[in-house]
Parts: sequence; structure tokens; C-alpha cells
Amino acid sequence: MSAAATTTLPAAATATPPEPRASRAPLWLILPALLLFVGIVLVPLAMTVLLSFHDWGQYKGIEPVLVLKNWHEIATDPYYAEMFGRTLRIALVTTVATALLGAPEAYILNRMSGRWRGIFLLLILGPLLISVVARTLGWALLFGGANGLANKLLMSLGLISSPLPFLFTETGVVIALVHVMMPFMVLSVWAALQRLDPQVEHAAMSLGAGPLTIIRRIVLPQIMPGVLSGAIIVFSLSASAFATPAIIGGRRLKVAATLAYDEFLNTLNWPLGAAVAVLLLAGLVLIVVGANALVERRYAEVSR
Amino acid sequence: MIPTPRSAVPLLELDRVAKTFGGHVAVEDFTLAVSPGEFISFLGPSGCGKTTTLQMIAGFLAPSRGTIRLEGRDLTQVHPSRRGLGIVFQSYALFPHMTAAENVAFGLEMQRVSRAERTERVRAALAMVGLSGYEDRHPRRMSGGQQQRVALARALVIRPSVLLLDEPLSNLDAKLREEMQIELRQIQRNLGTTTILVTHDQTEALSLSDRIVVMSKGRIEQIGTPQDTYERPASAFVAQFLGKTNDFAARVEGASPARIVAGGWSAPAPVGLRGPVTISVRPERIGFSEEGLPGRVAARVFQGNHWLFQCETECGPAIVVRPNDGLAQPGEGEAVRLAWRPEDMSIRDMGLRAGAVA
Repeated sequence: MSAAATTTLPAAATATPPEPRASRAPLWLILPALLLFVGIVLVPLAMTVLLSFHDWGQYKGIEPVLVLKNWHEIATDPYYAEMFGRTLRIALVTTVATALLGAPEAYILNRMSGRWRGIFLLLILGPLLISVVARTLGWALLFGGANGLANKLLMSLGLISSPLPFLFTETGVVIALVHVMMPFMVLSVWAALQRLDPQVEHAAMSLGAGPLTIIRRIVLPQIMPGVLSGAIIVFSLSASAFATPAIIGGRRLKVAATLAYDEFLNTLNWPLGAAVAVLLLAGLVLIVVGANALVERRYAEVSR
Repeated sequence: MIPTPRSAVPLLELDRVAKTFGGHVAVEDFTLAVSPGEFISFLGPSGCGKTTTLQMIAGFLAPSRGTIRLEGRDLTQVHPSRRGLGIVFQSYALFPHMTAAENVAFGLEMQRVSRAERTERVRAALAMVGLSGYEDRHPRRMSGGQQQRVALARALVIRPSVLLLDEPLSNLDAKLREEMQIELRQIQRNLGTTTILVTHDQTEALSLSDRIVVMSKGRIEQIGTPQDTYERPASAFVAQFLGKTNDFAARVEGASPARIVAGGWSAPAPVGLRGPVTISVRPERIGFSEEGLPGRVAARVFQGNHWLFQCETECGPAIVVRPNDGLAQPGEGEAVRLAWRPEDMSIRDMGLRAGAVA
């Protein structure tokens, strides 16, 4: 087999004609898409980066000069460290929570019979069909102070004496975010489960493995790439989420996204807002690309 | 073939096993006793219930009726993980995240075999299937045939009481399939593991098995040695399914001595046979001769070691297979006469059998 391959290989290499010109012709076809990409992504992004180096003053407005003032402020003022630390913490806790809840959810969903699976899939994907703002306001109505429905009910039942703190707390933001992000995790894990050979579980069973061993040793390692890619999606969406932290966290509990928003629209300090936004973007790209490379290397055998 | 080893106590018994899905009967009245060391094939077209039966033995499906006994013990209530059977699946069902060695070792880990013994048995099992040196490969980096071998090693390393093979060779190309058949048979002989093979490939069943269970529509059509089922098919279905066969419309003429007549061919009729009958003859048992059923060669196909002739006769179309012995063969359009020995023919679809009526 290998001997035959080595003897035929040189012949095949010399016989191959030079690269035909035709294969290069369609390159210009990507031009419209390229222009669109450059025009609406790259140029604004470059302008934002440039903006973050401009100067700003209460009375002089934006001055198109190149200074490191904004970056220096972010690097030295502990206020920004707190904001970014909180953003990271919320995103991490949300990611872990969706993985812990979403992976078993997808596994159970996958084992359901056709009709029930359809109904429950719709229930899980349902939140995606409703605006984030509407969903988050729903949480606020349930747990918002003493007038929240759930709080009222719990207090009238005598289970709690004062309303559960939900608005303006990190716990509240995480709970609302987990609800919003769950479909992404479930879909990602479900896609991994679809690729599982159903006979593999039977094979493990015939070799003497119990149900827990099968899940731990056979199923989980195979769907881990799905869990991790779901985690990457959830993490990046949670870290840059705006609506949920804005409504639940409000002005009192700011994260990077709401901070940038406030700098732009309340303080009108566009250069500082741009610096915050660029830092958030750069951090996210770094984390996502790094995590993705790690996943692909670690699970090369499974995800191929 | 080697005579079937028989012992007084069957290893595996299926007693009137049946399986129904809703209103659909998948398997009905399946009774079989498998002796230790025997190689049994369940043969039939898809949907005949052979895989369902195998799954009931494995424990992935519960029988609707009947009992399955292994070494005299009722298996029906035993969980699949406690049955100690080795199974090779059609898709191989290897664990993709484990290396070949880890795949094979998994069953031993479940049995809590010590690490040292495990390593040794895994090495021996992979060597047995010719995969020494592939210990650290992942399944996705192996060819279909190699994955097949890992699956076989994984099933055999736990020393199963019965080895169940679910169409294990159907995903391999023809040449590899033939090689694996021979190897499978050798390994099975050497280990003496009782084996049940599910297949729709009659050649596979004929060449591997001690006994064949031919199934159709959930029922057993015939149980017998490969020669038995091929030479003496118990039903029209078995005759059609196992190899090709020619059906000729013939008549019984004259009385004492009565003769079966098919065109220019005739032979003494069995006592009491009367009227129109259908006789069936295997293609390789028909020869060209001076006398016999007149016909014309409609098409001739060269197949290497043999010739295939399609002939038209007054008793119906006929397929004739002749070995490529170097002698001259009739060409297309040529008139021929077909002849066969009376003992090579079976009489089916009988008209009136005088003896049966009386």
C-alpha cells in the first residue's frame, strides 16, 4: 500500500499541470462583501480605536489630538478595575450556571420521544422569540422590591419577612442572564448529542457499565466540545450584554457595557467611552480565541 | 463443513420468544437451542426480525412473550450490563474519545480487573485481531476494517459466554469483507466462543456458520446446516433467498411408471405425484447436453471463474452457471438443451399429490 503510493507519487506530481488561471478569476466576486465589511465593521472600529486616544473636556468637547489620557485613567482608577472585574465575574458565573443546567437539560431533551421533545424544545427556545427587554422587565416585575409579585406572594405566605433583594444585585443580573443565555447552551450541547452514536451507550452497557458510569465516562467526554463552545458563546454574550444589566443593575450596578453607554450618552465623554468599549472588545476577543484554540487542541479526536 | 458439536446442555435457549411493537409483530414463536461453541447465523432480509431477536438476547429489548435462558438461568430480568455478552455493533460503536487500547480495556475496568492483568489482556486481544502497535490510535484515525477489529477485540476481551455480531461486516468493502470472514471464523474456532451472527448476506451465513436460522417476516423458515438449507430448502422463501434458483413449469405424465416432463427433459416421478408441478433447480446444477429441455441462450456474461447464461425455454426463463473450465461454451443466440440430474431438483408448489389426498 505505502510502497505503491511512494512509487506513483512522483509521477503524479510531474503529471499535474500548472495551476489553471481560471481558479483565480472569481476572486473579485468577494469585492462587494469585502467593501461592506470594511465599510460597516472595520472603518467604524478603527474610528472608535482612534477616538479612544482623543482628548475631552467639560467645556472644550472632543479634541482630535493623540493622548493616552483615557487609557491612563482606566489603568489607574480602581473604579474601572471594579467595573471590569464585575463584568468578568457575572459572565463567568452565568457561563458556569448555564453549563450546569443546560447540559443535563439537553441530555434529557435528547432522550425524550419525538412529540414531547418538540414541545420542550419550543419551551427552551421560546425566550429567544421575546425581546430581551420584555423578558428582563418580567423578572423585575416578579422580584422588584416590595411590589414584586413573587416577593408579595412569599411575604404573604410568611416565608420571608422582607422582599428578596433582586434589583441592583449581581445575583439578580446573573439569574436574568442565565435565563436569557440558556437556549444557546442547550442548542450547542444538543448539536453535540446529535452526533453521538446511540449504539455507543449500548456498547458501554454490554461491557458492564452502569448508567452513571456511562454518562461520566462515555457521554460527557463526547459532548464536552459542545459544552465548551456553548460556554464560549454564553461568556462573550454575557460579558457584552447591555439590556439585562441595564434594567436589573441600573445605574447602581454598572458593568463594562453600561459604563461605556453612560460615558457616551450621559457624561458625553466619547473618548473615555470608546476606550472602555475597545478594552472590552479586545479582552473578549483574546479570551474567546484563546479558549477556542484550547478546546480544539484538547478535543481534536472527538470533534473531528 | 465441520459437524456441529453437540452437547446435552444447550448454552443459550430461546423458548417461544416473541416481540410485538404496538400492533406490529416483529418476532413470533422463536425457539432455538444453541450448543456451546456453536456458530449460528440469523439470516433474512431487512425487517425479518433478526436484529430484534439479537437485541432481546442482548437485553436492549424486552421480549413480549417467551423466555431466554443462558446456562439454564432465566435472562429476562437480568440487566444488559450483567449478562456478560460480547457485542459487535453494525456501526462498531467504538468510544471515539478513547484510544484503541482504552476501548478494549473499558470492559475489563468495569469488571475491576487489576491494572497489570488488564494491560496484558488488552495487548493479547489487540494482537489476536492483528492490531499490535495500534494501541494509542484513536478510532477516527483508523480504517473501517481496523475499527471493526478493535470492536471485535473489545467484545472478546471480557471473555463473553456468547458473542453477538450485528451485521458486523456490512460496512466493509467486498475484498475486506471476505478477509474478515475468514479471520472471524479462525478466531471463533480458536477461542471456541459461542457466536450468533445477524446478517442479510447469504454468502456470509453459508461460509461462517455451523447452523443457519433463516427468517422471514418475524418467523423462522428453517434451521439447519448451511448445506441442508441450501440443498434442501424447507420453503419457497428459503430456496429463493439462499442463492438463485430456476423454477420450471412441468407436468407429470403417464401412469405406472409416471414421469415428470419439462419440455424435452424427463425423469421418473415420485410415487403418487400427479398433474402440473413446479420444479426448481439451482443454476450451477444445470448442464448443456445433447438431450433435455430445449432453449436458446439470450445472454452470456463472463464472470472470471465462471460463465453466466440466461436462457429462454418453453418452461420459463433459466439461469445457468458453468465453471470456466477452458472448454468451448455456447454463444448468444445459440440453441441449447438443458439437463440436470433428478436428485438435483426439488419439487415445490405441488399440484395434486395423490398420496396426500388419500
